[in-house]
Amino acid sequence: MVKRYGEREALKGVDFSADPGELVAVIGPNGAGKTTLLSILAGTLKPDAGTVDSPNGDVGWVPQQAALYRRLTVEENLLLFARLERREDPRGAVGEMLELTGLGERRRELVARLSGGNQQRINIAIGLLAEPAVLLLDEPSVGLDPRQRARLWEFIAGLAGRGTSVVFSTHDIQEAERYGRRLLVLADGEGLFDGSAEQLREAVRGEAPAAAEGDFETAFVSYLQHRGH
Amino acid sequence: MRWLLLKDLTILRRSPLQAVLLVAYPILIALLIGFAISREPGKPRVALLDQIPPGARVAGGNGKLPAVGVDQRICREVECVDVGSRDEAATKVREGDLLAALILPADLIDRLNSLSTLNPETPEVEVLVNEENPLKAQAVDDRITALLARANLFIARQIAKEGGRYLNLVVDGGGFDVLGQSVEILGLRETASILESLRPDVPAARRPELDRVIRFATLARDNLDIASPLIDRLAQPIAVDKHSVSAPTPPLEVFAIAVAATLTLTFVTLLLVAGSLALEREENTFARLTGGLVSRPALLAEKIGLGVAVGLLVTLLMLAGVQIFVSLDWSRFGLWLAAILLGAAGFGAAGAALGAAARDVRAVSLLAFMVSLPIALLSLVPSGAVGAGLYDVIRVLTALFPFKPALEAMTSALDSAGPGIGGPLLHLALLSAAYAALARIALRRFATI
Repeated sequence: MVKRYGEREALKGVDFSADPGELVAVIGPNGAGKTTLLSILAGTLKPDAGTVDSPNGDVGWVPQQAALYRRLTVEENLLLFARLERREDPRGAVGEMLELTGLGERRRELVARLSGGNQQRINIAIGLLAEPAVLLLDEPSVGLDPRQRARLWEFIAGLAGRGTSVVFSTHDIQEAERYGRRLLVLADGEGLFDGSAEQLREAVRGEAPAAAEGDFETAFVSYLQHRGH
Repeated sequence: MRWLLLKDLTILRRSPLQAVLLVAYPILIALLIGFAISREPGKPRVALLDQIPPGARVAGGNGKLPAVGVDQRICREVECVDVGSRDEAATKVREGDLLAALILPADLIDRLNSLSTLNPETPEVEVLVNEENPLKAQAVDDRITALLARANLFIARQIAKEGGRYLNLVVDGGGFDVLGQSVEILGLRETASILESLRPDVPAARRPELDRVIRFATLARDNLDIASPLIDRLAQPIAVDKHSVSAPTPPLEVFAIAVAATLTLTFVTLLLVAGSLALEREENTFARLTGGLVSRPALLAEKIGLGVAVGLLVTLLMLAGVQIFVSLDWSRFGLWLAAILLGAAGFGAAGAALGAAARDVRAVSLLAFMVSLPIALLSLVPSGAVGAGLYDVIRVLTALFPFKPALEAMTSALDSAGPGIGGPLLHLALLSAAYAALARIALRRFATI
């Protein structure tokens, strides 16, 4: 995929695929093109070149900031999007999502009164209403405390376990190592690496052995530095 | 689209301030307009200090004219408040209790009487005003000038009428009281007849002189005959024969209701549509909605539809409120609907363009007020009130915004005397299409700002 903003090339021919049930972490420094890539995959941004293929065209999109109506209740938000997704049984779909998010008891609360973590769970649940084969999450854990983050990843891992391909972007390198089965490293719009965390560490080991033995973030920074970023 | 509409109405219901404003605003406007147009225009309160001695009369020849009653005349036009002194009058005017004070000095009648002598003195009345701001100064000045002009006209007519009576005496003769004694005036007509009858008895040598006297009496009689209506005309030499070159205009109260209804429609529809669209961006839902759930044109149509529905309801509520005070012609309801629906569509499309151009709800609310209020005021500027060049600029500006055509359509819908409704409705339809296209273009960058 290629995307240009005027003179600047935000994506320079990035190409990748994800298997069913696979968790792919998209990582890279600021301005690497992570959000642009996910926006194109979600269909909210058109690429200048390239195509996106997904089973039945189903892609669930969870933007970085919660895209919810704060003056509607949890249930009203889910019901609205279930209807817009043309689910055959919208109320049944809402019930499923409430069970999945564990927010059944708070279904009648206004979203504005929920914590950031709970808002993010609703945000993700809305992304799942279309029963997508692929779920895209743009920095899903931003603003969450450690306990909320742990619950969120447990929830996402459960989705992947049921066969949903999950592609997420993150700034948290440790989180990418821990939850991403595959890492896609972007820098200045280029796809630099596509593989597991262990494969990335292995690549660093040949260039900077000391960095490869440290934490994953050190290895990642070394990897970028050796490629001029 | 109906689910989005339902969602927006739910959000509206959950915003107590907005909901209260939407209901309270038309009720308040209806009450204000209703009270204003269902009562007689209030007379300005003016202090009157009458220092003219009782029984003073304007003199006419050796007699006196009937009481002119200047004070009574003035008090028909304004609410006169009696004051005891000039200082009291000045204090009441300064403190804003009264619009002005009118002081009729003791020598007013003497000065009026001096106008027919060799030493005329100009009669003057004193007016005290409080010109606390330029607007009030102009208004008070206009009011007092008009008031005194009417009083002057009344006095001039009284004098002319009395003068005419004396002229008739000179021409036709009759009885006349001088110092309580009745005097018989012969009159020019009778004089000429008597002289004619005496002519045969006058010696021939003296007849040419008698003929000169007879000719004078006849000429004077004939010319003084036309002097009487001439004197009467002098009181008001120029009469007004007014012809309107424009279409018949509806009554003032109908125009006031149309202005109120259009203002209600403007603010409710414009703010609601602009705010509702900006909210989609503020809540980050725009990208989610347009990422495959709803097309952008459908989203725009839903927002404009929301504005039209609420605008229609609120404006009808306002008109129903006005109905308590003034009888409206409900047989024209179909035309009301057409005017409100197309007006709301115009304002809704303009609101969508503003909402798509602005970043958040607060910014768009401010923008909507900043755009609509001056345009609404400019739309009320009549031709001739400003220079021709400036009026052309105002005409172009107001034609680009839906307020003026909406006001024209509403006026036409409310009363048959208004201008035709077809032109304004077509104008509104064109503006709706143009603003919807602008909103569509602005939405392209909406999600990426």
